[in-house]
Amino acid sequence: MFIHSFKKSIFIALAYFIFSIIGAFAQSSEIKLGLVLEPPHLDPTAGAAAAIDEIVYANVFEGLTRIDKNGAVQPSLATSWTISDDNINYIFNLKSGVTFHDGSAFNADDVVYSFERAMGEDSVNAQKGIFSVIEEVRKVDPVTVAIQLKQPTGDFLFNIGRGDAIIVEKATAENNKTNPIGTGPYKFVKWDKGSRIILEASLNYVGEPVAIKKATFVFISDPNTAIAAMLAGDIDGFPIFPAPESMEVFEKDARFNVLVGTTEGETILATNNKKAPFDNILVRQAIAHTIDRKAIIDGAMFGYGTPIGSHFAPHNPHYIDKVNTYPHDLEKAKELLTKAGFPEGFKATIKLPPPSYARRGGQIIASQLREIGIDLELINIDWGQWLEDVFTNKDYDLTIVSHVEPFDIGIYANPDYYFQFDNKDFRAVMEQLGATTNDEGRRALSYYAQDFLARHAVNGYLFQLAKTGVYDAKLSGMWANAPVEGNDLTKMVWAK
Amino acid sequence: MVGFFLRRIFGFILTIFIASLAIFLLLDILPGNPARFILGINASANSVNMLAEQMGLNQPIWQRFISWFLGLLVGDFGISHSQDISVFSLIIERLQITLPLAIFAMIIAVSIGLPIGIMAANRHGKISDSFLMMLAQTGVAIPNFWFGMLLVLLFSVTLGWLPTGGFTPWNENYLLSLKSLILPAIALALPQAAILARVMRTALIDVSHANYIRTAQAKGQTKKQAIWRHGVQNAMLPVLTILGLQFAFLIAGTIIVENVFYLPGLGKLIFTAISERDLILVRGALIVLVIAVTFIMLIIDLLYALVDPRLRLRGKQ
Repeated sequence: MFIHSFKKSIFIALAYFIFSIIGAFAQSSEIKLGLVLEPPHLDPTAGAAAAIDEIVYANVFEGLTRIDKNGAVQPSLATSWTISDDNINYIFNLKSGVTFHDGSAFNADDVVYSFERAMGEDSVNAQKGIFSVIEEVRKVDPVTVAIQLKQPTGDFLFNIGRGDAIIVEKATAENNKTNPIGTGPYKFVKWDKGSRIILEASLNYVGEPVAIKKATFVFISDPNTAIAAMLAGDIDGFPIFPAPESMEVFEKDARFNVLVGTTEGETILATNNKKAPFDNILVRQAIAHTIDRKAIIDGAMFGYGTPIGSHFAPHNPHYIDKVNTYPHDLEKAKELLTKAGFPEGFKATIKLPPPSYARRGGQIIASQLREIGIDLELINIDWGQWLEDVFTNKDYDLTIVSHVEPFDIGIYANPDYYFQFDNKDFRAVMEQLGATTNDEGRRALSYYAQDFLARHAVNGYLFQLAKTGVYDAKLSGMWANAPVEGNDLTKMVWAK
Repeated sequence: MVGFFLRRIFGFILTIFIASLAIFLLLDILPGNPARFILGINASANSVNMLAEQMGLNQPIWQRFISWFLGLLVGDFGISHSQDISVFSLIIERLQITLPLAIFAMIIAVSIGLPIGIMAANRHGKISDSFLMMLAQTGVAIPNFWFGMLLVLLFSVTLGWLPTGGFTPWNENYLLSLKSLILPAIALALPQAAILARVMRTALIDVSHANYIRTAQAKGQTKKQAIWRHGVQNAMLPVLTILGLQFAFLIAGTIIVENVFYLPGLGKLIFTAISERDLILVRGALIVLVIAVTFIMLIIDLLYALVDPRLRLRGKQ
């Protein structure tokens, strides 16, 4: 959209020229954070929207475990646990003296209730897979819970630390969408729909006291407005700033702190593996040889992003660098295309959803593929169309999308998934990985799976989506990375 | 007179019916299954189909239109998919921001546009006239989202007088609420004020050559007196027409301006509802806009009759 980028560049130019000096008022215990998307509701056990966790995870709600800023599992409502030798039986020791925000006491019954609710037939949990491995959840005594699994599950402790597995109270569970009641350090105060959500420190929280006493999440979707709101000091931070092209404005300004980290978003050139000519591995390999990741990251993301060679996050301890499986080599690519029967190349389409990584990235990829004779028609579509055409009906050649679920390499084991990658060897690897709990075994299998996908060039693997946050320079304790979706307020603090 | 009113009111109802049909059909051909939207990409085809069934999406189109339209007649706009509450209450809630914003902008537009137009007409042909019209031309040319950003840069970022956006609820502190509407209202009003000034000027210049002005002057009034007593009222006719149209533009402008200033009004509601495929909400909000705009047009039509007696007389013939 020409107008859009035009208006943006004018705006940035003006922002440079109009030099501003504002004394940001020192708010010692209040914070205003900007978010691009408003959540549909506030119950993380009843929806997939990341915007829900971005407000309530670790703030309002807590699970048995929690994920820290490095992606490691930490105790939360469970202070410690033991695991049987066969990795089937877990015993969790619960924190005592904990109360929900409505004043009622937390105990093992709430844990049993929450898990059984998520496991139930009519559960609307977005990640039912987390709970499908559970055989039984049992109260041992008021501060001890036993969980028995159907089979050893390697990432069980991580999974129950996600927002989908938070502990709720029976009496209030059904109202959590509009009035969330949890055990976390912050309680829900108010939601002005379309505008903002306010949280306040909970007085009966047992645990480390929090420095920020009041947090307001403000919903700002327009990137230019986001810039102005930061510059004016109306907003103290944007955990995910919507305009990477403007980060320079903030990097050059001492009043701001730019935090660049990674997300769980593998951005890929998704390819229809059942549609000719993309069903031919030679064609996919030719594309892999043609893609210049650095040009895409520079052009589409203004340099923010880490190149990836497979469907795996680089910050994961089991990551292995596969970027050079098919190095950038146009001669080799043309050779492969000729071998596949397309010496002159061919025409195809690429469907691009709204995010700028897709729209800008699509243009760059189209110009790169043109060099080996593949002529792409760019088709801009919105998310509704994408879900319909690409995801549901698989009516596409290529598309660009960021897959943001943590550890989601398992989607390649589903032959009906929209890539339509149907490979029983890979399914066997995934099955084995799911049943392996020891770290060395999981590492070896993860390496193998990453290499497998890279070699088969199932999709074009582009880059790991960066998390580009902008904060007031006096604020500290924010997460740079996003191993899970959330904005943990508990460690945030204003400099004196 | 009565016939005139009845004709206008019949036109009003017909317009709304046709508009509601158009809104319904247009949104129905949008791709993207709302049920899939709600459940996300991990849901099975079976559960998507179940939800679609529950939402009545599998009924034939005419059946859905009729039940929707009958609902409208009794004020039942349906339940929003994305927010799980009644569309009607959502719209009413958001109108508490959009309506004051539009009225505020209208007041600003009128109180700037009309005096400038009259001033320019009185100085017709002089340098000050050209200057004022150049200013107005610039005002017409500036898009309101861009002007809004300029205002934010000056008054919020540089001077720090006003917030960059957002809204303080009326029941919290109505002075702060008003304050958060100032910049958006100015941004909305400027292009409209510029158009009003141009129309006012042209209309006044036209009437100043009319016979009745000359007659009034012949009876001893000065040109200024003649224009004030007889000219302005006659010049108001085209201005009123434009005002009616402008209200529609103001409402449409709120969609952009409310996004720039992150105001939780009707415009932003429509914007998010479209991107979330909350079709029932989009339909409800659009029909409210149609009703508002056609209602304003009706009022303007009726006002004509008050301003221009000839229209009333035609009704009697």
